[in-house]
Amino acid sequence: MEFIKAEDVHFTYDEPNEEHPDAPVHEVLKGIDLSIGRGEFVALLGHNGSGKSTMAKMFNSMLTPTSGKVLVDGMDTADESKTYDIRRQVGMVQQNPDNQLVASIVEEDVAFGPENLGIEPKEIRRRVDEALKAVDMYEYRTHAPYKLSGGQKQRVAIAGILAMETACIVLDEPTAMLDPRGRAEVMDTIRMLNHDKGITIILITHYMDEAVQAGRVIVMDSGRILTQGTPEEVFSQVDLLKTHKLDVPQATELAFRLSNAGCKFPRCVLTIDECVDALVPMLSGKGDSA
Amino acid sequence: MTRDITLGQYFPGSSPIHRLDPRAKLLLTIAFIVYIFVANNFWSLGFLTVVTFCLMAVSGVPVKMYFKSMKGILFIVLFTSVLNLFYGSGPVLVQIGFMQITANGIQNAIFIAVRIVSLILFSSILTFTTSPTELTDAMERLMSPLKSLHVKVHEIAMMMTIALRFVPTLLEETDKIMAAQKARGADMESGGLMQRIKSLIPVLIPLFVSSFRRAYELAMAMECRCYHGGEGRTKMKVLHMVALDYIALLFGAAVLAVVILLNIFLPTVI
Repeated sequence: MEFIKAEDVHFTYDEPNEEHPDAPVHEVLKGIDLSIGRGEFVALLGHNGSGKSTMAKMFNSMLTPTSGKVLVDGMDTADESKTYDIRRQVGMVQQNPDNQLVASIVEEDVAFGPENLGIEPKEIRRRVDEALKAVDMYEYRTHAPYKLSGGQKQRVAIAGILAMETACIVLDEPTAMLDPRGRAEVMDTIRMLNHDKGITIILITHYMDEAVQAGRVIVMDSGRILTQGTPEEVFSQVDLLKTHKLDVPQATELAFRLSNAGCKFPRCVLTIDECVDALVPMLSGKGDSA
Repeated sequence: MTRDITLGQYFPGSSPIHRLDPRAKLLLTIAFIVYIFVANNFWSLGFLTVVTFCLMAVSGVPVKMYFKSMKGILFIVLFTSVLNLFYGSGPVLVQIGFMQITANGIQNAIFIAVRIVSLILFSSILTFTTSPTELTDAMERLMSPLKSLHVKVHEIAMMMTIALRFVPTLLEETDKIMAAQKARGADMESGGLMQRIKSLIPVLIPLFVSSFRRAYELAMAMECRCYHGGEGRTKMKVLHMVALDYIALLFGAAVLAVVILLNIFLPTVI
C-alpha cells in the first residue's frame, strides 16, 4: 500500500530573482519521483550535497517542493491546513541528539510530542512508558539527557517520536555523530521498530553498512535518483556507484575485487557473514571451484 | 571551573519534599527568602537556619551536593562579610589604618554570612528536589492570571525550560572550546583583569555561533514534534494540591509566626 508519494519534485533554496527571472537557479532536487509503501524500510543513500537531507525534510512538510508534489497518506504537504496531520503521521529524528531534546528529564522530553498533540495525561503516561521500554531506555526515565551517551540520547529522541505513534519515522543521518557502539544500538532499535512494530522507516545515511540492512535502497546523486532496488540489486552495480564516487560495503568491495581477479562468486555479497559463507567453500574446496 | 556550577541540577527521589506540588514549593521558597530578610536577630535567623538544615536532611539529597552549591558563591559571602566587618559602631577592637573593627562589626559580618548561606541552601533545596520542567510548569500555573494582561506566560515558561535544559550542554561546550583554544596557544590564566576578559573573546564567539545553530536545530525538532504554542497543549503530569501540600503551606505560616515572635521578644542585633 502506498504511503508516501513524490511526483516530479523540484526544489531550490534560492529566492526567485525578480530582476532576472531567467537567471539560473541552483536546484537541489531535480525531479524526484518515488513512492514508499506502509511498513517499508527504505534507505536513502548519497554523499554530501546529493539532496538526500533536503528530500527528507519534504516527507513531513518541513520543506515543500518548488514544483511537483509530495503526498503523505493522500495529503498534500503544501496544504498548510494539513501540516500537523502530516507530522502526526511522519516523525523525524535528526543528526545531533543534543539539539533535539527539549526537556531536562528523559521522560518529560519523550512526553513533549504527545503533550503538543493534546492527548489525555493518562494516555501520555502510557505512551511514554511504552516508548521508553521499546528503545530500552525505561530505567533511565528520570535521568538528565546530558548525562547519557550519544547513542542513548539518540534512542531517547526516537522514543520521543515513537510516543507520538506516527506511522513513519524519517531518520536524517541519526548515527553520524555517534561512536561505533552507539551506532549499533541505534541501528538495532531502528530494525526492531520496523520489524516488530511495522513502522515505516526512511533512513538517510551515507554509511553503506547501514543501508544494507534496509529492504530497499534509493541512491541519490546531485538531486536525482541514480538507482534503486533491493540492497543486492543496488550494490551489485559496483561500477555505477564507483563512477559517482559512492562506496559499496566493504564485503561487497572485497568480493568485487576478487571476482575481477577471476574468482567466481555465486551472488552479490553484502555482509561480512555472507562474504565468509561464500569464501569458505571456495578456499577449502579449491580444486573444484578453480 | 564550570564543573562546580550546580544550577538547574535535579536529583530524582521520593522524599516528602520531592513529592510536594512544585507550586507549593515555589511559594514556600519565595516566602522563606522573605523570612530570612525579616529575621533581624540571631535567635530568629538561627531558627530559620535550623529549619533549613532539617529540610535538607528530609530532602535526601547528598549533603556533598549542598556544599558544592556553596562553592560558587563562597567569594560573595566572604566579600560581603569582610565589608561588613568594617562598618560597625561602638568600641574599637582593632585599628588598621583608617579602618576599624568593632565587636558590632564582627557580629554584623557573621550575621550577613549566615543570612546568605541559608538563602543559597534553601533555594538549593528547591532546585535539587524539583525537576526544571516541574518548576517552569509551576511558574506557568502561578502566573496564569497574568494571561488576561496579555503576558505570554506559556512562552516565558517554555523559554525557561529550554534555558535550564541547555545550561549543562553549553557549560560542557565552553570547556571544550577553552581546551581547544588553549591547545592552539591561547593564554587565559595570566595577565591583568582586562587581559583576561579579552582572552575570553575567542571562547565566547564560537560559543555564540554554535548556540545559534543549536537554536535553529532545536526549533526545527520542536516543529517536527508538532509544537505550536501553548494552545491545546496537555501535560503528562497534572498538578494537584493534596493534603501534604496544604500541611507544607501551614508549616510555612507557622515558621513565619515563630520568626516574628523571636524578633519581637528577643534582643535585636541589626
